[in-house]
Amino acid sequence: MTVQSTEVASGLTTEGRQELLRRMILMRTFEEAVLRDYHADKSPGFDIGAGLIPGEMHLSAGQEPVAAGVCAHLETRDALTATHRPHHLAIGKGMNLRSLAGEIFGRETGLGHGRGGHMHLFDPATHFSCSGIVAEGFPSALGQAFAFQRAGSRNVAVAVAGEGAANAGPFHESLNLAALWKLPVVFVIEDNDWGISVARAASTSVPSNAVRAVGYGIPGLRVEDNDVEAVHAAAGAAVARARAGQGPSLIEVHTLRLWGHFEGDAQGYRPELAQVPDRDPIPAYEKRLRDAGALGDEELEEMKASALTQVADAVEHAKAAPTPNPDEARKYVFVEGRIS
Amino acid sequence: MSQATAAAAHRPLPREPEPGTRRLNTAKAIQEAIASQMAADPSVFVMGEDVGAYGGIFSSTTGLLERFGPERVLDTPISESAFIGLGIGAAVEGMRPVVELMFVDFFGVCMDQIYNHMAKIHYESGGHVRVPMVLMTAVGGGYSDGAQHSQTLWGTFAHLPGMKVVVPSNPYDAKGLMTAAIRSDDPVVYMFHKGVMGLAWMAKNQRSIGAVPEGDYVVPIGKARVAREGADVSIVTLSLSVHHSLDVAEKLAPEGISVEVLDLRSLVPLDRGAVIATAAKTGRVIVVDEDYRSFGLSGEIAATITEHDPSLLKSFSRVCVPDVPIPYARELEYAVLPTSARIEAAVRKAVAA
Repeated sequence: MTVQSTEVASGLTTEGRQELLRRMILMRTFEEAVLRDYHADKSPGFDIGAGLIPGEMHLSAGQEPVAAGVCAHLETRDALTATHRPHHLAIGKGMNLRSLAGEIFGRETGLGHGRGGHMHLFDPATHFSCSGIVAEGFPSALGQAFAFQRAGSRNVAVAVAGEGAANAGPFHESLNLAALWKLPVVFVIEDNDWGISVARAASTSVPSNAVRAVGYGIPGLRVEDNDVEAVHAAAGAAVARARAGQGPSLIEVHTLRLWGHFEGDAQGYRPELAQVPDRDPIPAYEKRLRDAGALGDEELEEMKASALTQVADAVEHAKAAPTPNPDEARKYVFVEGRIS
Repeated sequence: MSQATAAAAHRPLPREPEPGTRRLNTAKAIQEAIASQMAADPSVFVMGEDVGAYGGIFSSTTGLLERFGPERVLDTPISESAFIGLGIGAAVEGMRPVVELMFVDFFGVCMDQIYNHMAKIHYESGGHVRVPMVLMTAVGGGYSDGAQHSQTLWGTFAHLPGMKVVVPSNPYDAKGLMTAAIRSDDPVVYMFHKGVMGLAWMAKNQRSIGAVPEGDYVVPIGKARVAREGADVSIVTLSLSVHHSLDVAEKLAPEGISVEVLDLRSLVPLDRGAVIATAAKTGRVIVVDEDYRSFGLSGEIAATITEHDPSLLKSFSRVCVPDVPIPYARELEYAVLPTSARIEAAVRKAVAA
């Protein structure tokens, strides 16, 4: 089944709607800051390993509605597993921005003391993890859900991946096993139309991964536009179902990757690129809230100013933080202090 | 003898209990270790293909379903990525899964979960996330099961950082090492050779049945064992090849050839001190390894000794699988396995040189 935003009775209060916008603005503000610092010292010639933020960088601008809509239903103890494009989800889950920025900048203060990088974020405080390998985050989410189920808690595990991941084996194995064991998992597919440079139509045999979910005995729902309230409604039902012990669900959101697959991607493969900025979901939601009388200039300015302050603090903290001690590069291969 | 070698030689042996008189085969010793840890710790559970009513294809889990029930002994679909990953996620949440990959040869369908996730999460998280999980798997050839069901491949796992790699050769070690593996806060790959399990339906060495203490004990991971003292030549080996080497040592003793046999017991951590100590003692080292010859354990042992002190070695040789897929026909398979005949020839050559 698919839904359009106009069909959605959100049930959201004005405060709830403002909170969704506030979270999306924070995610975008963070990504814009990373973008600036990532490119600042890689020019004039682009050098991927140079500069303050080295390595590949996959930014999620445009996909904020998924993170804000899903994470609004999650508690700290609920687990969320993301992909190589994880920042919006990390922020949605409530990750400390200093720890996130510290890891992206490769500093000792980062989540992994500089050993993970932006694709490998692990945060026990918010139960957040991610994987740089397509589709391979699904199986571990099963295990987190299994542990919750066995502990008799009402917590859920959410696994988020792109539509390309739904063509990989672990996705299908995971749907089958989650359905078989009625695990409290919510599978979320971010369909941004592109698997790096390959169009969805050239890689996926079905119009919707919701269909595939149904094939495994799992409720599948496709949110056809990139609307945070539609995601919020769909995720609310899926999370409630999981908490109630009724098993997994799948939600696919037709979202939008505003920028390249990675920074440095010229996107020559992308014919519709000129129209993409017009579909930015954040201004669209701002307008919707204004038109509904749920948002004023002052409130919007405050959201933006607050986001800028938080992000500036995180980035400044990261830049001022010590880099890891090279003598400790071998630390943390194994748990310390245990013989066996 | 260098200081490091002296230190290695004088390192106290780990305290382990007397084996007693009760005899078990290796499969029963493994079952007993898992059962005792399941009884002691409700977070331990067992999962894999045919680990329930069947009891494990190589009897690693026989009796566990009856004792602990299907909530803690879980038969899975044939979905190795999903259920090994499930183990990882459960371990991250504080459970202690024992997950069986039926044959190590099947690692190709699920290696991402093993080496990119199970092995790396602790490091990538800067030490903040632990994966206290045991991945146990059957290795080894010798019964015409062909190229996709007869490999050992421990060198592959040992090469990739982040997981401990344990390979017991006998029932005593099998129980003590499994207990250590389940209690470990690190991911442990526990590889049992079919030929040491002591199963009725396949050829078994007499030493695959041996004395095992009834109570819990730990054989520390990373400590090799001198399985037989000797003065002329050292065999550095593990798993089923320990028994072939001991057979050769016994056979040659009446001729006045004194063979020392070092059972490594684990590849990660590798007890390099014990390797150097035996090399320093005899000067003649033979590595017997049922894994492929090139780029593996045997080269690692040679490098370990020569990096420490190249003058220690009077001779070095290796008896390994010569870089061919394991053949099916018995005549071909036994031509490439490290048989007693090949080991004996290597010893005679070493002492004659």
